[in-house]
Formats: sequence, structure tokens, C-alpha cells
Amino acid sequence: MKRSAAAVLAAALLSVPLVLPGYKTSLATEMLIFAALAMSIDILAGYAGRTSLGHGALFGVAAYVVLYHVTVAGGDPWVAALLGIAAATVVATIFAVLAIRASGVYFLLITLALGMIVWGICQRWTSVTGGENGLRGAVRPAAVAGPAAFYYFVLAATALMAFGMWRFVHSPFGLTLRGIRASESRMRSLGYDVSLHLFVGFVVSGFFAGAAGVLYAFFNSFASPATVALAQSVEGLLMVIVGGVGTLVGGLVGSVAIITLQNFVSYHTERWSLVLGLVFIVTMIFAPEGLVGRARILLARHAARVREP
Amino acid sequence: MRRRAFLKTAGTGLLALSSRVRRALAAGEPIRIGLLSPLTGVIAAGGRELVDGFNLYWDQVGRKAGGREIEVVVEDDASNPNTALQKARRLVEQRNVHMLVGDILANTGLAVAEYVKGNGVPYFIPVIAADDLTQRKRIPNVIRIAGYSASQSTRPLADYALKHGVRKVITVSQDYTFGHEQCGGFCQIFTEGGGAVLQQIWHPLNTPDFSPYLPQIQSLNPDAVFAMETGADGSRFIQQWANFGLKDKIRLFTSMNATDQSIIRTLGPEAEGVLSAGHFCEGRDDAANKKFVADYEKAFGKLPSIYAFSHYSGAMWLAQAFEAIGGKVEDRPRFLEAVRKIKLSASPLGREVSLDKYGNPVYDIYIRKVARRADGKLWNVPVEVYQGVSQFWKYDPEQYMKQPPYSREFQGIKKA
Repeated sequence: MKRSAAAVLAAALLSVPLVLPGYKTSLATEMLIFAALAMSIDILAGYAGRTSLGHGALFGVAAYVVLYHVTVAGGDPWVAALLGIAAATVVATIFAVLAIRASGVYFLLITLALGMIVWGICQRWTSVTGGENGLRGAVRPAAVAGPAAFYYFVLAATALMAFGMWRFVHSPFGLTLRGIRASESRMRSLGYDVSLHLFVGFVVSGFFAGAAGVLYAFFNSFASPATVALAQSVEGLLMVIVGGVGTLVGGLVGSVAIITLQNFVSYHTERWSLVLGLVFIVTMIFAPEGLVGRARILLARHAARVREP
Repeated sequence: MRRRAFLKTAGTGLLALSSRVRRALAAGEPIRIGLLSPLTGVIAAGGRELVDGFNLYWDQVGRKAGGREIEVVVEDDASNPNTALQKARRLVEQRNVHMLVGDILANTGLAVAEYVKGNGVPYFIPVIAADDLTQRKRIPNVIRIAGYSASQSTRPLADYALKHGVRKVITVSQDYTFGHEQCGGFCQIFTEGGGAVLQQIWHPLNTPDFSPYLPQIQSLNPDAVFAMETGADGSRFIQQWANFGLKDKIRLFTSMNATDQSIIRTLGPEAEGVLSAGHFCEGRDDAANKKFVADYEKAFGKLPSIYAFSHYSGAMWLAQAFEAIGGKVEDRPRFLEAVRKIKLSASPLGREVSLDKYGNPVYDIYIRKVARRADGKLWNVPVEVYQGVSQFWKYDPEQYMKQPPYSREFQGIKKA
């Protein structure tokens, strides 16, 4: 059954540009990019038990580097992509060194502060970042310039990243992260270097957030302080929460749900952020485990009921 | 039976559909205008007025121009460039609008401009003032109808200050591109005319308190201060300026945003007498202007701000272009050409207005003073007018564009 569900999902994803051309394809592209960001946040939030509010900054740094390399320095977009991911990884390394010793709300606050520093730099370092106005210019590689081609490119990249992340969290190393989430002291007494494991987890997560940022730069041809702002981190985190923390696929579900909702509601009312807020509250009360988590519970219950009589 | 029922419904359905199609063809499809406006976020109040001003004009002409219906599709850009971009995409790709209009914050406008650069959709920007959009990085299908470039209106202000005995100034400005450009225009003219800029203070957007800066200003003893402030910073600055007792000691010049209706309608005597320069002056004695102000006040119970004014005039501009081409906006090159060629008269903009060849209007700029109307409301009245001011002032455009764009580092200051 799982296999057939996966086949249906794959077929649906592949047929998007054919069935829904135009704006909806670009919306689907955006959903995939944010799904990748949300999943990268889920590596930490769901598996290592560390909720980060700094991933929007990592995502944005990669976008800035891509735009800077192509539009200001006149470089090649593919090289820019590599540089963008590298930059995000480097920044993630710095974040990790400063943040991994903390947990819970302190981790949240440290990553929040680090993200704000990046935002401040983007805002004030006008000569490089373009300040409030940001950087813009066509940065998408020529090979994937068309909307359909770009969608497939993003789909392939996101699928690759999702696979990479899935392998990562299900590897023996990923298990140690889950162990840390369950009990840090026990992991320490078992002889694991908790800090080192969290450090690696953070950097890997930052790597993927950066890759998502590169895709976003290609998609939007634009980066501004809003791209690295707290709102970006929060949005990514909300997607994880709505979709389901610690499920990875929840990132995709959350991204699809929130972007659809944003677009659908804002079509009808300008008070769309209010509606969105209500949806979050309702999710928190009735499905704190997220959509995927909730679905799994319901499925399990159903299976139990079928087996019983 | 079932089949018959099906055929019956299908048949009537098709008939209804075809009659609808016929009706649509007979009436002609409407001209769809995508209006982007920050209805939420930091500048939501201005966003509301933008939409009101734009709609006011279309309502007055019965939502018809060039023989076609006008349909305005409003989208909220949330004061965020990424959202603006997403909404622009939706308007163009899903709602099939013929053109985009609007946005207030420069970063949102620049993001949308980058998008239309790729697909050629006409984009009109009555408020987005970023200099380079009609200068060094101009895009043929981005036109600033009824708008202004940031440094355009501060140059006459500097000239006015020089003529009225000001020799030493300090500039205070929000630290972002719009501020850099307005100060740049002011400082370049002021120093080239023999004045000196003693200091430039750049403070972050949303500065809660100006008291650290005010004693600093006082100690340098300038003849005047030029303050470039928008939004809440504007009203806070003007209030604190008066509270610190500087109002009658040092002359205060501001950007047009700082004494815009959106700010002074909440202020009291502290705003009276502040000088600024702009192409809009709600207290100007001119038939078209008075009519607009009266209509707007009647409809919304307040005096119009720059956002309402620009989009009202922008709608007027578009309506004339629609008339000129018989409503055929689908022919983009012809439509854009028509917009560029419009000579707009009898508008609240004042004398006949037209675009320079870079897509920015040439205006009369008014030196304005905040004064009390008979009923006690504050408004801006003209004290002097600079006729036909272009975005290049008196410089040769090509020559001018060789100098770098204004930034915190480059303010065009001439060393004495």
C-alpha cells in the first residue's frame, strides 16, 4: 500500500506542468522549494529535538550568494549554486558552534539571534547586499529557464535532497540524533560525543537549507532582507509543525498545505493572515502531531479496529 | 430516461454557456488591471489609501475607458518583496491581467519590476521612487506614471534653502535606499551651490527615539536640518523636534513623505510651518486639484495622502492612454507608446504633465508649508513653485547617469 501511495504521489508530482500550466506550476515549484527548507529544519526539530529559528537566514544567505555571484560578479549560475551551498554550510558551521550547547528554548533564542544578525548585515551592508532593496537579476541557468523545465529541475533536486535527508536520519548516525532527543545524558553515558553529533546534524541540516535557498534564488531572481528574515524561518518551522514534526514528509505536506492556504485565502479576503493564524491554532489544539502524524494515528487505529473482530 | 435527462441538462448547459460567450464577445472583454498594494504589513494604512484613490477615479468615470469595461483586481503584497512577486505572478499568469500597477515600498516594486522585465507585462509605478528604475537600470515596460523619482523633489528644496540664506545643514534620514537618494539629491545641489553639509545622520527604520541625535544636531549649530522620514518615524521626528525646543531655533526642511497627510493628519501645532517639496500639494488653489481633494474627502472623510493622489492621477493617465488606442491594450508596444506620449492636463498634478524619454514625469515641484485650513485641519500649501523639474534637474541626462547612484557612501557632495 505504501508503494502504491508513493507511485501516486510521484505521478501527481510529475504531471503538474501538464495538468496545471502557468501560475499553478510556479506555485508548485515554490511548494517544493519550501518543502526542502522545511525538511531541513525537521532534521533538527524532529530528529535531534532542537528547534531552530535560524534556518531562514541560512536559506537566504545561499540566495544572496547566488545573486551576488551572477549579477554583480558576472559568474556562472552553476558555480554560483555551489558557492551558495558552500556559504550556507559555512554559516551553519558558525551557527552550530555557538548554538549546540544549548537546548530547548535557549537553542531557539540563540538561533533566533544569529538569524537576526544575518538579517542585520543584509540590511546594512548596502554596498554588497543592496540594503533594503536587495539584489535582483536573472540568475536561472539557461538549461532550465522555461517554467516546466524549471519545475522538473526543482522536483529532481528536491527529490534528491529528500532522499539524502531520509538516508541521513535513518542512518546509524541519525539514530544517535534520535537518541539525543530522547535522553542526552544517557547518550553521553553510552560514550557518544553529543556535541559533536549535534554539530554534524546542524551542519548537514544547514547544507540542505542552503540548497533550498539556491533553488529559491533561481526561482525568484531576487533576494532581499525579507528572504533572510525571521518570518522566513518561522514560516519554514510552521510548515514542519503543520505537516508533522519528525516525519520528514511532513515538510512537503506542510509546505503544500500552507502555500495553498495562503493563496486560496488571500484570493477571498485581505485578512488572510488572520485565517492562517486560526488554522495554526486549530492544528495545535486538535492535531499537535501535525497532519502526517495525525494521519498515521488514524490509520493505525483503523488497522487495529479491522484486526480486532 | 437517464440518458435523456443527461442530454437535456447538457444541452441547456451548452446553450447557457454559448449565450454567455456571445454576450461577453458583444460587450468586449474588460481591461483587467492588476493592482498590487500593501494591505497588510508595515505600511498597510497607506496601502488602503492607494486602493481607494485608484478606485475613486474609475468609479467617477463609470469603470469604463476606451470603450471597454475596467476591472481592477486587487492583491495584497503584504509589504514584503517575496509576497509581491508571488502576487504579481498570480495576477499575470492566473488572473490574466493586461498590466500591473502599484506597490509602495521600493523593494516590493523592484522585485516586481525584475519579474516583468522577463515577460514584458506593462508595470506602472505611481509611488515606487527608486531612481534607477527610470535611469541607469530602466526597463522599457516599467513606467512611472504620475510618480516621482526619489531625488527629483529634494533638489528644488536645496535650491530654495540656498536662496533663503541657509549655508550649513545637517541631514537626518532613515538608512535605506529611498533615504540615501533623497538626501543625495539635496546634498548635491546644496553643496554645488556653495552650501556645506556638516553631518549626515543615518538611523535605522522605526527609530523609537530621536533624543540621542537632537543634542548632537544642536551642538553643531546648523542653519537648517533636512529630515527624510517616512511613516511613524516622520511623526515621531516632528514631535520630538518640537518637544526639544528646536522648532523655532533651527529651520526644518523635510522630504514630502514626512509632512504627507498620512502623517500630519494625526499631528498638532508641532507640524505647522514645516517646509517640504513635492509634486503634490493638497492645499493648492487649482480647479482639478480642489475637485480631487473635495471628492476624496467626501468619499473617505479625510484629506488624501500621496498614495491616494498618485494612484488617482495614475488611473487618469491610464484612462487617457486607453482612449488613445481605443482600448486595445493587448497590443503592448502600441499601448506603452501611448502611455509614454500622454500629455496629461486638468489632473491634480497641475499644469500639463508628460514623461521624459526615460519614463519619468516632468513636473512642477512645489515648496510646501504645513498650515491650518479654515476648519483647523493641517494641510500643505504652496509657498513657491519650481516649474518643469525633471528627474535630472538641470544636468544632462547621459552625463548625469555617469555618476554612481546615490548611496550612503556617495551623496554627490562637492568638496569646497
